[in-house]
Amino acid sequence: MPSHSTHEWQEGPYKQAVDRFKERQPRFESSSGTEVDPMYGPEALAEWNYHEKLGFPGEYPFTRGVQPTMYRGRLWTMRQYAGFGDAEESNRRYKFLLEQGQTGLSVAFDLPTQIGYDSDDPHAEGEVGKVGVAIASLEDMETLTGGLPLDKVTTSMTINATGSILLAMYVAAAKKQGADLAKVGGTIQHDVLKEYIARGTYIFPPRPSLRLITDVFAWCKDNLPEWNTISISGYHMREAGCTAAQELAFTFADAIEYCDAAIATGLTIDEIAPRLSFFWACHSNFLEEVAKFRASRRMWARIVKERYGSDNSRSQSLRFHTQTGGATLTAQQPMNNLLRTAFQAMSAVLGGTQSLHTNSWDEALALPTEGSVELALRTQQIIGYETGAADVIDPLAGSYYIEHLTDRVEAEADAYIKRIEDMGGALVCIEQGFQQREIQESAYRLQHMMETKERTVVGVNQFQTEALEVPDIMRVDPAIGRRQVARLQALRARRDNAMVKRCLVDIRAAARGTDNMVPLLIAAVEAYATIGEICGILREEWGEYQEVLTI
Amino acid sequence: MAIEQHTIRVLIAKPGLDGHDRGAKVVARALRDAGMEVIYTGIRQTPEMIAEAALQEDVQVVGLSILSGAHLEIFPRVIAELRKRGVDDVMLFCGGIIPEGDIPPIKAMGFAGVFGPGTDTNDIISFVREHAPERM
Repeated sequence: MPSHSTHEWQEGPYKQAVDRFKERQPRFESSSGTEVDPMYGPEALAEWNYHEKLGFPGEYPFTRGVQPTMYRGRLWTMRQYAGFGDAEESNRRYKFLLEQGQTGLSVAFDLPTQIGYDSDDPHAEGEVGKVGVAIASLEDMETLTGGLPLDKVTTSMTINATGSILLAMYVAAAKKQGADLAKVGGTIQHDVLKEYIARGTYIFPPRPSLRLITDVFAWCKDNLPEWNTISISGYHMREAGCTAAQELAFTFADAIEYCDAAIATGLTIDEIAPRLSFFWACHSNFLEEVAKFRASRRMWARIVKERYGSDNSRSQSLRFHTQTGGATLTAQQPMNNLLRTAFQAMSAVLGGTQSLHTNSWDEALALPTEGSVELALRTQQIIGYETGAADVIDPLAGSYYIEHLTDRVEAEADAYIKRIEDMGGALVCIEQGFQQREIQESAYRLQHMMETKERTVVGVNQFQTEALEVPDIMRVDPAIGRRQVARLQALRARRDNAMVKRCLVDIRAAARGTDNMVPLLIAAVEAYATIGEICGILREEWGEYQEVLTI
Repeated sequence: MAIEQHTIRVLIAKPGLDGHDRGAKVVARALRDAGMEVIYTGIRQTPEMIAEAALQEDVQVVGLSILSGAHLEIFPRVIAELRKRGVDDVMLFCGGIIPEGDIPPIKAMGFAGVFGPGTDTNDIISFVREHAPERM
């Protein structure tokens, strides 16, 4: 007799089978540790209402996607995060990537640039050009963007504490090219709250940092309409160890903090929300990640509508970039990373991402080589052009399990957002180390599961092999750092130093007052004031953030 | 054995400018759960700050974590600062994204162990127990 319901099947044939043959694991679970049933049937969607939960592509609540045609109109932007050494070397890599069919740029900056130190600052020793490109002045930015039409190619810049300064340099470089600022598009990450939680490239305390962010919102609204003023990021918190649901919750709690701060300065939700973008990680739990992306769109649409009272569909639609999971890459059997990345990229596409970075297989060893980056890009092109996954919008919708998971990730994330709100919001929680501790707990739990083999990582705790030969890895030529320092010192000798001084005086005054800082930053970088000089003034005025130690 | 009777004191520090502290925190916690006294410095510590903390906290072991690629430049400066303060009896180990080819020079600097991604924390715990210098 066939079973008439999931319950009947589970208690009958399924249970009998399990009694005879034990399953692979005593328990199957999601990244958040929630148990997963053996199968989902129609009962999982008993109360489920299509129009309320999904709607149609390009319509509230945007679960199925933010555009009516999605990838049938245009594939996602293939945007490989790159940058190393100096501006000249990185410019060459960008041109190579564009020639290979990449469709947008994504700039990685070195740590001194991210933390506001010039390349010749003692803090910068050993770090110049290592994890990204060194940009100390407009001169470097001009070299970086040389020969790239800034009114045509969009550029994403992973820059936070110094985001407003790098934006000022980019705008100044675009102006010098004669580009129409109305057409200059791109993104700065500029999400400082998550830096306090996980990524660590903060400089200033939260209040002045939020002020720089809202200044950028306000300035871009009037002057750089195509610019994504912030990329509110779950990625780094996920990499630091949190679960899929925490990733959404902590990110939206930060987003709420930014919106509230902007509204407090007199901006309206519809003046800022259309230019907000988001950034998610994509880890290896394939279906849970698809569900997470779908849930994220629905959650944000509801937050904008219900919390901020906006019916503007552009404000409600969550546009996001995805990067595959760096923390899922293994140094052991590194070629396996190609496959991990391909599956992760596929779930980002099935989840409806607007742009995607695929990691290179050698990134658990060093910065990627040109060849490994090319393979990573080819992975996206194969998904886009060969697999058919991009031909139908939100093709997994209606799957019992996917819809159940989408609802569950949303519910788990909502519960976390509520907890954060009850404790006083994202910023208060950061100051108490709440998110940091939650992330540490999850990271420690994952490590433990790996060590006890509750969780298999192929090539690491199972299926190990003796290490084969070490692959060729990318190394940044140390001479590049020395050249960068020499160039910077020559610039300081050549520029109009009286003008630089005047600009820095203006910045100090603005830091003490409430004027929008962006025009002053543009004036300063146009006079070739350096990032270290500008941040030096701001450090004197605002002080530096002190890490909340949670160990 | 003295190290069985006395609690091993460990400093886990992050030199350089990178903020990737997942590994450092996991290792700090694992060593603590294994019964050691662990002091974690937080990120962006200068060589001076690390050496000073090692001296003040009177640790036997210093573990450095770095993922920015600046290890070959920064590690010798940490060692120099330790020596300057007369801290020359500590066991040093490190972890992070450290290419295979950099391990010999790092060991030559005086690091007893180098632990890359995917290391089992139990291996680090036993390593520290085995190599921590005994206290007089």
